[in-house]
Amino acid sequence: MTFLRESSIVFRRQLRMNLRNPAWVIIGMLQPVLYLLLFGPLLKDVVKTFGYDNAYTFFVPGLLVQLGIFGAFFAGFSLIGEWREGVIEAERVTPASRTALLMGRLWRDLTQLLVQAIILVALGYLMGMRASWQGAVLGVVLTLLIGGACAASSNALALTTKSEDVMAPVINMVMMPVLLLSGILLPMTIGPKWLLDVSDVMPTRHVVDAVRGLFTGGAGSELAWGTGWAIVLCALGVWWGTATFRRENA
Amino acid sequence: MIHARGLVQTFQTGKGKRKSEVRAVDGVDLDVAEGEVVGFLGPNGAGKTTTLRMLTTLLRPTAGTATVAGYDVVRQSQDVRRSIGYVSQAGGTFSGARAGDEVMDHGMLYGRSRAEVQRRGHELFDQFQLDGLWDRMPKNMSGGQKRRLDIVMGLIHEPTLVFLDEPTTGLDPQARANLWQHIAELRTRRGATVFLTTHYLDEADVLSDRIVIIDRGRIVASDTADNLKAQVSGDLVDLEILDPRQLGVAAERVAAVTDGRARPEVDGSHVRGRVPRAGRVVPSLLRDLTTAGVTLESIEVIRPTLDDVFLSLTGRSLRDAQDASADDGPEPTDHELEGALT
Repeated sequence: MTFLRESSIVFRRQLRMNLRNPAWVIIGMLQPVLYLLLFGPLLKDVVKTFGYDNAYTFFVPGLLVQLGIFGAFFAGFSLIGEWREGVIEAERVTPASRTALLMGRLWRDLTQLLVQAIILVALGYLMGMRASWQGAVLGVVLTLLIGGACAASSNALALTTKSEDVMAPVINMVMMPVLLLSGILLPMTIGPKWLLDVSDVMPTRHVVDAVRGLFTGGAGSELAWGTGWAIVLCALGVWWGTATFRRENA
Repeated sequence: MIHARGLVQTFQTGKGKRKSEVRAVDGVDLDVAEGEVVGFLGPNGAGKTTTLRMLTTLLRPTAGTATVAGYDVVRQSQDVRRSIGYVSQAGGTFSGARAGDEVMDHGMLYGRSRAEVQRRGHELFDQFQLDGLWDRMPKNMSGGQKRRLDIVMGLIHEPTLVFLDEPTTGLDPQARANLWQHIAELRTRRGATVFLTTHYLDEADVLSDRIVIIDRGRIVASDTADNLKAQVSGDLVDLEILDPRQLGVAAERVAAVTDGRARPEVDGSHVRGRVPRAGRVVPSLLRDLTTAGVTLESIEVIRPTLDDVFLSLTGRSLRDAQDASADDGPEPTDHELEGALT
């Protein structure tokens, strides 16, 4: 009970600050929307060559996962600002649970992601995406899981590096292979065998496949793999984040 | 309120072959009684903040023990946190959030109800001359207002022991004097025990009952400001003699009250000598001089500064120590300390 109360205090505080300065939320949202509007139409005929009849049913799931990963990865930047102003230290000197300090922030990141995901899916439907609503809901749930993993890792990274200058290149370094090897823009199956094999080790590719399967309704073993990876990554991220918040704790 | 024995904090510095272990705090013993105001004085890099972070449960001691407000900082950290208020150098409010919201959230993290922290927050805003600033963002406050807000944050849960880390650094003289008044009131109005770090001599002098001096991670002195000064160098009595022919007689009289510790020096029309406590000696010295027929142009008593104290304890003046610590590398940042712990 205390834990819930403490994390909700942190959550409400974070939400209040986000609403006051929604720049990050809008910037995070803009990228997938632009992809959808400006890149989606290019796929219209191309998708037929790899077995999809609707460009948006193919593309929206990829963008969802991209949103979950990229948007959440930037969550840590606001933490560095807070740390610099002594907020983290002030919170850590209270008896509040260290895990609650992280969870409150994570809830904010997930709330933000949920709103963005709903907008993206709604926009997809408007553009002519055909997907069952159950599939779309489950797809968003998977997105939240992978988003939680990334947001927690981002907060952990922020509190470890304590510098935007270190964090930005690290995130960039992680992002590039994730973006290229997850089959977000084009399915990996149309590439050569070796590239497909390489992408097999990329957990996020399985998540993209799973979300895509949920949207098209043809989800099989990929759903299990993707869900499994999403859960594992989320657990790892939360564990890392919690460890960082607890560290140095006497 | 605070009992520390043999506190040590080490951290790693450098990389690879140049890696070495630095003892930022090297065996600190500390006792602070209830209701005391203690000034923790030392140059930058002496280990002040690191000691403070160990006492406030933010940093686990490498070795040694400490009980704060009756609880062990390692085993009963939750109880310590409930009992203490801590105002760090950085403050603790986000510049872009509303002041009142920050104070309320902070209080609620201590388990206090919304209504209670709201009432208490407003009381504290009034007491600290922040009335009308409840909805203002810290970034739009003056330095002094911001600092008072930080102290309000540290008091929202009514702690009996308050830690202040460099409370007036960066403030203009008026704001400093104002803040000193508020800090003094922490005890007079709330009966709080106050432990403050500073590298300003005048600040430690004005605010504290007792001064604890730390240098290179070790406590080098602990006493009242007056005793420290008396024990170290005594007061300087400077007499200006009207008639140069009387200089010799005057010097003799001064020598009689300096306990023979040091010969008085004669410099032009001035005779100067150090005496243990000028307040006790000067009245009889004046009588002696009058009896001997010496006429004074002026008399001045110069009390030693804490800088003199520091100089005699460590062989360096505070200013030199400050500069030297810049060469040794500054006090470890959080970042280095955390790196050391992982």
